[in-house]
Amino acid sequence: MHMEAQKYLWEGAIPLQIHLHESEVTTLPPPPPALILAPRMGYLPLLSALVKPYFSSALPPGVDTVWFEYKGLPLKWYIPTGVLFDLLCAEPERPWTLTVHFRGYPGNVLIPCEGEDSVKWSFINSLKEAAYIINGNSKNVMNMSQSDQLELWNSVMSGNLEAYLRVSSKLKLGTVEDEYTIKMNLSTKSGQGTGETDMAGQVKTGRIPVRLYVWIVNEDFHDLEDAPKIDSWDKISFINRPVEIHTEEGKCFTLHDALKGLLPEFFSDLPLIGEESPKLEDEDKTKIPSEDASSNRSAEEGVENLCEHMESSCTTTIAEIKLVRIQGIEPKLEIPFSWVVNNLMNPEHFLHICICIKVPAGNTI
Amino acid sequence: MDILSWDGALSSSEFSIAAHDFIEKWKKFNPTYPPWSWVTCKKQSCVASHEVEKYLSLENISFLSLPEEDHGDESQIGEEEISCSKEEEPIDSATLVESFDREVHYYDFHIVYSASYRVPVLYFRAFFSDGQPLVLDEIEKDLPACSAKVLLESKWTFITQEVILSYLCISDWNGYACLLCI
Repeated sequence: MHMEAQKYLWEGAIPLQIHLHESEVTTLPPPPPALILAPRMGYLPLLSALVKPYFSSALPPGVDTVWFEYKGLPLKWYIPTGVLFDLLCAEPERPWTLTVHFRGYPGNVLIPCEGEDSVKWSFINSLKEAAYIINGNSKNVMNMSQSDQLELWNSVMSGNLEAYLRVSSKLKLGTVEDEYTIKMNLSTKSGQGTGETDMAGQVKTGRIPVRLYVWIVNEDFHDLEDAPKIDSWDKISFINRPVEIHTEEGKCFTLHDALKGLLPEFFSDLPLIGEESPKLEDEDKTKIPSEDASSNRSAEEGVENLCEHMESSCTTTIAEIKLVRIQGIEPKLEIPFSWVVNNLMNPEHFLHICICIKVPAGNTI
Repeated sequence: MDILSWDGALSSSEFSIAAHDFIEKWKKFNPTYPPWSWVTCKKQSCVASHEVEKYLSLENISFLSLPEEDHGDESQIGEEEISCSKEEEPIDSATLVESFDREVHYYDFHIVYSASYRVPVLYFRAFFSDGQPLVLDEIEKDLPACSAKVLLESKWTFITQEVILSYLCISDWNGYACLLCI
C-alpha cells in the first residue's frame, strides 16, 4: 500500500510555463515560454539546467543567478515545488505560469542560492533534522558514506524511487506504526504486509517531522479562485514543530488531532466532519483535480472541501479552516495521521502541510 | 529535574523561563552591554501564541576588529568595545595610532528555541559598515582568543554552514546557526 502511494507521488509533477522576465529579454521577438514538468518533490533551482540554456540566447551579458517568481512574489528556493504550488495557487493553475529571472537577485527576500549545492545542502540539513526528531539523534545521516549521500541526492534529483529506497532504508527512519496500519496489513492477503510490519517494529520518539505553512486570510471566499492572493511572504507563517503522536485506547490519532496539536488556538472549538450534516454547494467541490490524487483512493472515500462543513458548525469560534492541502490533495481530517505521514511525506522525511485559515479582521491572535 | 538523568533537552516553556532569567542575569553581570530583548514575531499573520515564536534578540552590536598582529590582546579590548553603540567612537589613546586599520563589524544575535532539536539555537550574522556580510572565517577572527581555541578543537561540529534557515517564523536567516547544547 505504501509503495503504490509513494510511486504516484514520486511521479507527480507540476506542469510549468516559464516566461523570461521582460526586463531581461534582449531579442525580438521575445522567446516563447519554456514548458517544463517539474517534479513535485523537487526544487525550482534544479530546473536551472533546463531553463538556462533555453533562454541563454535572449539574455543580456553578465553573471546569471537564477530565481523564480509567481505574480510578483519571489519564490523561496528551499521549499519543494509541489508545496509552493499547493500554497500559492489556491485554485490550481495548469500549467502554472512562472517568471524566471537571471539578474537582480532579491537578496532582501530570498536567501542566496548557489545552484544545486545549496539545494542539496538544505535537503541534507532537513534530513538530519528529521532524523533527530524521529530517532533523537542525527547519527545515521551524519555517518552516511559520501557515495550513499550522493546516491540519495541523485535519486531525489532524478525522481528515482527505487534508488532512493535502497539508500534511505539504511537510515532506518522507519514508518509510523499504529493500529490502523497493522489492521490494514492483516486484512490484505498480499505479501506487502510483511515489509511494513517489520519496519513498524521500530518505535522511536513518537515525534513526526512536519512543516506547516499557515496562510491566514481575513476575508471570506467561497470559490478558491476568489481567494486573496499571496503577495508577500509576510502573509505565511512557517510552523516548524514536530507532531507528537498520543494514542488513546481504542482511538486513532487522526490528521485532525495532529493539526490540533500544532495550532491549538484554531482547532479547539471546531467539531470534526461528520458531526454536522454536510452542506454541499452547486459546484461539485468533491472533484478538485489533482495530478496525483489517485494515491489516496485506497484509504479515503473521496476528496472533500472543508468549507461547507465548517461553515455550518462554526458559530462561536473565531477561526475557520478554509483549506488543508498535502501533496496536492485535500484529505479528510479523520484520516489516521500515520497513514498521511507514511504515504505523503517528502524524501527528506518531512510532511509538508498547507493550511488556510480565515480569521475575522481585527482579531488578535 | 534530576540533573544526572537530564538529556539536555528543554521544553519551549522551560526555554522561555530560562530566557527571561538570562535577560536579568545579563543586565546584572554586564551592565555596560546593551540588553537582550524578548521579541515576539512581528509578521502580520504570525501565529504567535506559542513560546516558540518568541525569541531573544541582540542586534546591531558594533565590534571593533583588530589588525592581525594584536591577536594576543584581542580578548581584553574586544569585550570593552562590544558595549559601544554605532554612534560612539571609543577614545583609546593607546590604540589611536592603529585605528585606521580597524574595521567596525556589526553583529546580530538571535536565540531561538528549536522544537525539532529541543534546544536553543544561536543565530548570528555579522556585517561590515557598508552592509556586506562577513563569512565565517572573518567572524572567527573577531572571537576572543580562548573561545576561538575551544571552537577550533571541537571543529565547529555543531555550527551549520552558511546560508541558513528557512522555516523560521521571523524570516530567513542569512548567516550562521549554532545549536546551544549543554
